[in-house]
Amino acid sequence: MGVEATVPANVQEVINWARKNSIWPVTFGLACCALEMMVASSATYDIARFGAEVFRPSPRQTDLMIVAGTLTKKMAPILRRIYEQMPEPKWVIAYGACACSGGIFQSYNVVQGVDQIVPVDVYVPGCPPRPEGLLKAIIELQKKIAVEPAGQRNLVSLPWGNNG
Amino acid sequence: MDSRSAGNLLREKFPEAVAGIEEFRGEITVTVETRKLLEVMTFLKENKELSYDMLLDQAGLDFPDRDPRFTISYLLHSMKFNNKLRIKTQVAEGFAVDSVSAIWKAADWMERETAEMFGITFKNHPNPKHILLTDDFVGYPLRKDYDVKGPNFDQPFQVCLDE
Repeated sequence: MGVEATVPANVQEVINWARKNSIWPVTFGLACCALEMMVASSATYDIARFGAEVFRPSPRQTDLMIVAGTLTKKMAPILRRIYEQMPEPKWVIAYGACACSGGIFQSYNVVQGVDQIVPVDVYVPGCPPRPEGLLKAIIELQKKIAVEPAGQRNLVSLPWGNNG
Repeated sequence: MDSRSAGNLLREKFPEAVAGIEEFRGEITVTVETRKLLEVMTFLKENKELSYDMLLDQAGLDFPDRDPRFTISYLLHSMKFNNKLRIKTQVAEGFAVDSVSAIWKAADWMERETAEMFGITFKNHPNPKHILLTDDFVGYPLRKDYDVKGPNFDQPFQVCLDE
């Protein structure tokens, strides 16, 4: 282990390092799982240890959407719109059994998994999952972001396109 | 006036409209003919001796074996005399009921819910749209013969982004 091990090899690693340590989630709770999400930001679990404590009320300032709860078909277009309003790069955690697969609601009014609406990066099963589950999901997401290759993320806000 | 006297007054005033009065543990339920519903409801609201000025709840019920099939139940409350009265009316499939939202504003959303869940039409409703279901929803989920999974359960859900 020398100095070269701590110095990043290229710009992409620096970008990934910055991204993975400041994942700002959008304030978006759909059902009882949202309470566990709130607890994760309390002093006991302290989501701030992973740089993800800044729950933003505006989707335009966020990187992560934690879909915490049951997604009804009435709510589906709204979830999709909030996802579209988030700037790239953006990630999604499906938090809880309902968000992963519809859960106990095998019903006419519930979307059977939010991956039908938005692309999901990490699934957290449980009904509801404990806050540790969310922390584990964020750690997994950090690992995923850390190895993201250059050029994978299309920065749609820039007219010349791909620089992330 | 208490709710028992209110039932008796209704029977006196509208002998052809009141089909029956039941009492269960002090709760009075008056069954009213559907075509006289609006008249009876207006009387219940406007009469100074009754003054049922608040519609607490309105719900639809489905009895597939009965004819007529559907029952609509209204729970009224009198703020002045502090008592409650339940009004029931029966409606067959495909028939319409008069909307009471001109009498109580609270009926607006409840009637919309009853309409979309059971397929009962409310005549002269100010805003006859879906309230809990999506606009393009087909079917009446609270009918007893409705499959809870609904149509196309195993198909991916197509989200509609246009408004």
